[in-house]
Amino acid sequence: MNSLLSLITFLPLIAAVVLLLFLRGEDADAQRNAKMLALFATAATFLLSLFVLIGFDPDETGFQFVEEAEWFGGLTYKMGVDGISVLFVLLTTFLMPITIGACWNVTERVKEYMVSFLILETLMLGVFTALDLVLFYVFFEGSLIPMFLIIGIWGGRDRIYAAFKFFLYTFLGSVFMLVAMVAMYMDAGTTDIPTLLTYQFSSEPTRILGLTVVGGMQLLLFLAFFASFAVKLTMWPVHTWLPDAHVQAPTAGSVILAAILLKMGGYGFLRFSLPMFPVASDMMQDFIFILSVVAVIYTSLVALVQEDMKKLIAYSSVAHMGFVTLGIFAANQQGIDGAIFQMLSHGFISGALFLIVGVIYDRMHTRDIAAYGGLVIRMPVYALIFMLFTMANVGLPGTSGFVGEFLTMMGTFQVSTWATFGAALGVILSAAYALWLYRRVVFGDLIKESLKAITDMDRREKALFAPLVAATLILGVYPSLVLDVIGPSVASLVETYETALAEAGVRLARN
Amino acid sequence: MIGQDLSVVAPEAVLAVFAMATLIWGVFSRSGEVDRVILYASAAVLAVVGLWVGMAGTETRIAFSGSFVDDGFARFAKVLILFGTAATLALSETWLSRAGSMKFEFPVLIVLSAVGMMTMVSANDLIVLYMGLELQSLAAYVIAAFRRDSARATEAGLKYFVLGALASGLLLYGASLAYGFTGTTTFTGIATIVAEPGPISLGLLFGLVFIIVGSAFKVSAVPFHMWTPDVYEGSPTPVTAFFSTAPKVAAAVMLARVLFDAFSEAVADWQQVLAVLSLASMFLGAVAAIGQRNFKRLMAYSSITHIGFALMGLAAGTEQGAEALLIYLTIYIVMNVGVFAFILNMEKDGRPVEDIGALGLYSQREPGRAAALAVLMFSLAGVPPLVGFFGKFYVLVAAVEAGLTWLAVAGVVAAVIAAFYYLRIVYLMYFGEPVEALDGRMPILHGAILAASALLMVFGVVNLFGVDTLAATAAASLVR
Repeated sequence: MNSLLSLITFLPLIAAVVLLLFLRGEDADAQRNAKMLALFATAATFLLSLFVLIGFDPDETGFQFVEEAEWFGGLTYKMGVDGISVLFVLLTTFLMPITIGACWNVTERVKEYMVSFLILETLMLGVFTALDLVLFYVFFEGSLIPMFLIIGIWGGRDRIYAAFKFFLYTFLGSVFMLVAMVAMYMDAGTTDIPTLLTYQFSSEPTRILGLTVVGGMQLLLFLAFFASFAVKLTMWPVHTWLPDAHVQAPTAGSVILAAILLKMGGYGFLRFSLPMFPVASDMMQDFIFILSVVAVIYTSLVALVQEDMKKLIAYSSVAHMGFVTLGIFAANQQGIDGAIFQMLSHGFISGALFLIVGVIYDRMHTRDIAAYGGLVIRMPVYALIFMLFTMANVGLPGTSGFVGEFLTMMGTFQVSTWATFGAALGVILSAAYALWLYRRVVFGDLIKESLKAITDMDRREKALFAPLVAATLILGVYPSLVLDVIGPSVASLVETYETALAEAGVRLARN
Repeated sequence: MIGQDLSVVAPEAVLAVFAMATLIWGVFSRSGEVDRVILYASAAVLAVVGLWVGMAGTETRIAFSGSFVDDGFARFAKVLILFGTAATLALSETWLSRAGSMKFEFPVLIVLSAVGMMTMVSANDLIVLYMGLELQSLAAYVIAAFRRDSARATEAGLKYFVLGALASGLLLYGASLAYGFTGTTTFTGIATIVAEPGPISLGLLFGLVFIIVGSAFKVSAVPFHMWTPDVYEGSPTPVTAFFSTAPKVAAAVMLARVLFDAFSEAVADWQQVLAVLSLASMFLGAVAAIGQRNFKRLMAYSSITHIGFALMGLAAGTEQGAEALLIYLTIYIVMNVGVFAFILNMEKDGRPVEDIGALGLYSQREPGRAAALAVLMFSLAGVPPLVGFFGKFYVLVAAVEAGLTWLAVAGVVAAVIAAFYYLRIVYLMYFGEPVEALDGRMPILHGAILAASALLMVFGVVNLFGVDTLAATAAASLVR
């Protein structure tokens, strides 16, 4: 099965085309068929992706399931996964059926909605499997189109502003990456990612417009990629599009946005910035640590004062992504392990939290925290699940959130104690905002008239949460499931990074 | 000898004879009967000649003592011009009939203009170049003012004529300077003089700049773009569709030939000029279009931005740059034909509508057409995986390779600004305020062209339909 990855990547697209061509009408039956087909296609994609996991050999650090074909203009169509990307593929395919299940109540333009999500899945999977620069860019940027439409068509009241901001913000970040990719192509003569991973870009100082650029070409390339991935991963201070996009996006859109789209930025750092521009990464380490710590503390404080539940969770996402960047640029085994683990775990937890908001939003059509209170009386199951994910978000041991945060802090501590101190402060703040949110929504007296008739979660909703609960708990008590898969690839990434630094002679004094 | 020469210009000759024959036919037939036949016959003949030129061998043939050249580059451009013209001509019939302006002179003039454009791209001599340019332009002035009873159209025609004549004058002045300082009008002769060691003479440099300026007028590059929005808005829509496609290609390719064939040794002298033209066009087109509500005017600014990108390829001054130029123009033409197939049918109660506000929630009424237009808009914005992105990609590659990284960076920033107004069309159609819907019925031909252009933009991601290899061969024949 040499084309397994292509099959997984394009299966949702095929389903989307089938939907577009053969489904007619807007009546209830047609809507149900559209949803069923989408659910079936995403589930099938998930099952197929399990074969990748089974066939994946974690001890081999190179790319596996590699497919290669001629494209045009010297580009190649090349796909493959290694220890770093394989779990992101799994995360995407795992979350998609849940996302489709989460939009079961949508009645407006259902066919187009499903088509958008299916196309989006193809593009997201392509990002994680592409092994050609331009192919990666095509998938990376292409994902803007369906997301723009999802926010714009099915979003909330201020959806137009949010959709434009989302699109233009991320587009502006990414075009710099495009120019950098072209420059890399010119310099290295290839767009093949495995080849580029072993290529050394010059880090000799260059002069541009009369200014001396210390890190040379490598630093410039790094900054161009950084512009794109920092916006995508929502690093402070370029995170401002995220709260807007989240608040206006429909529930399913928020889930995808937080759980997968953000991770593209982190994946980009691991795939490009760290291995391809090691000298520049090392040079920028302190700068990124500062941004990350500011993100962790500042956005946690901002989350504390939010009145809109979705906005609160959005800011909490930004804070959690701060841990990811800390771990990645600590550039040691624990740090990167932790960053990847944190991204996967945040995929489950933030996805679940947005679904949790969606559950009560579907019933009450408001996201104001003040409109709730005392839900535990009418919704015990809901309260339990909400509790679990609140704790996971805080990083309680036994949930996957703990492992990710602990590992990143352990990795960061070896490099910088002050950054770890700042991150640890963020953990406390995250407990503050998450628990306070929980108290205001779930506990207290049920005094609001409108809430007296609210019903607990139905079977569909429970079924949506079941896999997320399982994933969070299993990874929390047995993290080796993930760490064994990513470990060897991360080890080899760290090794090449260290070697490159040693060669460049800029190895800083570290233990 | 003359027989051989004539065989090189056979496609042009056939079209010229055809145009004159239809003119006589139209004059002698009873009024109105054959107008439509002539229009569709002209479109068909243009397409057939396009196929013929496209199939005609791979060798470079030179005729009329080196003043006319038929190489891969010219043939590539001619195919583009002929198909672009044929498509816009075929699209125009319904609109003209509805407006009551369906006259047989229209196709005749367009065919003559096509002959002029073919001469422009094949010219290897300044006199031939000017002859082709004037044939193209004179026909264009007339059709801009084709609706004699419309004040806007006559205004557009007059503006176009005055400014176009000025541009032609500048170009002619440049050509005379070039002749004065080199003693020859053939590109080969000029190239020999330019290749001599030492810097080129100041007079020749002036000539070069004037030639560039004249061409910049024709491609509507900033700061010589002022006529474009007014002419695009005022002309009958089919004429706008025509102006925004084939003549742009012809002028850009003509400029490429002058620069690469006659002044290839003076790249350093013209590279900066083109880089500045390109930069200014990209930004002005992007920024000025933001405030536009009129779809045709918006497309005018959009075309200015796109020409800026195409000129970036030319500014690279390399074979890759010429290749990128051809690829970019091809993609641009396909997109524009598609968009105009849509605009031509924007009407309400039998009157043409040009305000983009009329597109509010259009997708609920006509999902198919809205989807096609949305695809074209994303493609114009250069968002992958649509083909418009690859046009930009090739241009950026050429620019970075030629050391114009700053221009590439500026270009992508301009592309982000431009993305805003393309997105606005999508936004209006998909989540804007509902308005009284457009009720124009789209003829099958228009629908087919719109759909085909959108599908090409989607499926081109697989292999660009081989356009890149063809363009590479064509560019190789230009840059020797």
